[in-house]
Amino acid sequence: MKTLLKIISFIGLCLTIVPPFLVFYGVIEKPTHFTLMGIGALLWFATAPFWMKNPSLEEAED
Amino acid sequence: MSSTQQTPAAGSTLVERLDALYEYDREPVAKNKLHGWKTFIAMFSGEHVAGTEFLLGPLMVMHGVSAPDFFIGLLIGNILAVLSWALLCAPVAVKVRLTIYWQLRKICGPYLTIAYSGFYAVILCLLAGSMVSVAVTAISIPFDIPNPNYLAGDVLPTFPWMVLALIVGVVIAALAVLGFDKIAHFSKVCAPWMVLVFFACGLAVLADLGTTGFSDFWRVMNEKIFTGVPLGDNSKYTMWHVAGFAWLCNGTQHIGMSDVTIFRYAKDWKQGFSSAFGMFLGHYMAWIASGILCAAYLAEGFTNPQPGDIAMFGAGFAGLICVVIAGWTTANPTLYRAGLAIQVATPNWKRWKVTFLAGAAMIVAACIPAVNAYLDRIIGYYGLFFMPLGAFIFVDVWLFPKLGLISDYAEKKGLLLSWPAAVAWFGSFAIMLFFYGKDNYPWLTKLLGQQPDWLASIQADLLFMVAPEWVLCVLLYIGFSKIQQRNDKLETA
Repeated sequence: MKTLLKIISFIGLCLTIVPPFLVFYGVIEKPTHFTLMGIGALLWFATAPFWMKNPSLEEAED
Repeated sequence: MSSTQQTPAAGSTLVERLDALYEYDREPVAKNKLHGWKTFIAMFSGEHVAGTEFLLGPLMVMHGVSAPDFFIGLLIGNILAVLSWALLCAPVAVKVRLTIYWQLRKICGPYLTIAYSGFYAVILCLLAGSMVSVAVTAISIPFDIPNPNYLAGDVLPTFPWMVLALIVGVVIAALAVLGFDKIAHFSKVCAPWMVLVFFACGLAVLADLGTTGFSDFWRVMNEKIFTGVPLGDNSKYTMWHVAGFAWLCNGTQHIGMSDVTIFRYAKDWKQGFSSAFGMFLGHYMAWIASGILCAAYLAEGFTNPQPGDIAMFGAGFAGLICVVIAGWTTANPTLYRAGLAIQVATPNWKRWKVTFLAGAAMIVAACIPAVNAYLDRIIGYYGLFFMPLGAFIFVDVWLFPKLGLISDYAEKKGLLLSWPAAVAWFGSFAIMLFFYGKDNYPWLTKLLGQQPDWLASIQADLLFMVAPEWVLCVLLYIGFSKIQQRNDKLETA
């Protein structure tokens, strides 16, 4: 389950970073870029909080 | 964090209340509580990609920085900041493993520590207000509420904008009261995504400025983004302004040593270099990206490059979410820290009351557009103001034993106030302020009249004074400490 969540999070990050390159090279238009980045944000926030560890200073490191 | 949430005992003296508040931070951190590189890298990467980065890149554009000045200045300033963390702050933290509060208490005495807390609370409220304001510039867009334009003469925002700021401020204050740990975790979850959004925003709008590939990136940077021409009435910034600002903007944390509180958990002083992740992601890449965004936004004919507007322009709703989260996640711990600092002076108040008091100050600050317009100046002032205290800690820990002077003198002698620290702190700051103010404060310029040649030849900006102030306050502190400790030895004899 955790692996699946991580894969979805990774896809979310890809949808955040790839579209601007496509806009830069004129492959897609800005409205498509906005939509893809929105989906990327959705995927990231729907999955990342469930697998990312809280690196709090109050807890000793393993 | 739990240790700092105690309520100080009622009816005791101010000093006793202050001590009670930080009681559990008195002991050095135990070995099994130490952290490795990963924790510090995550922490710095998260903390320094904040909502205010959307303000600082545009501020540099407005001040007419040229592209080489911006890139080289940022490189110099950020390297100096990393070195300050790694060579000044972290080694002290690892050696003594105490919070800034207890370290100052031992060196300067409780009165100066109280003064430090009070001044710090005011600054933190201003900074939290600036972060709320950043978040509101994004939230206002879907509601079609115009953002205030300080350059166009808006001294206050519109009433609906203030209502939004009030709502956002109350939510942030409520969350700060309810619990800090979950928000801290959430802000760390946001960090990798936010870094990419900043990068994406900048890259996506480059084509709007006429960039056809990476080969003409530098040409567009020079001709259309960092043109070297200030906008409006802004003063001209050079490479040294940029370097000074990049170094000074976290001056209180590194050279001012407030991050000894964090690095006391480090296994090794070399972990101070983990600050490079925060600096080069947040204060290099993100500032460049927000500068590009600002220029592209202005090139489209818009006139008020507020964080929400430029992020929406570069990344759509993902950009808006990024601005809200970046503002919120950094405003929250800032407000929490401000609450702790104020708690010192409000003995019988519950923590929620204190936090809401700080929250009220934060909301007022958020509704003053001048705070964001002059954020670079505010950061410059507070960096210079708090920096001497860090210098005293450095000198006390490393130099005093070599100079035959007694470290932690105030604690050992039971002094309520270390006069060498007080005179060196306020004296060095006042001298720096004089050299800046002689050309920049009209009342002082008028008072001085015709300046002698040697004085007129010194054209010092606030952002150039980090190194001179550090040297001056160190010399004053060592000199006065010698006098103090010699007099005491004479008295003992």
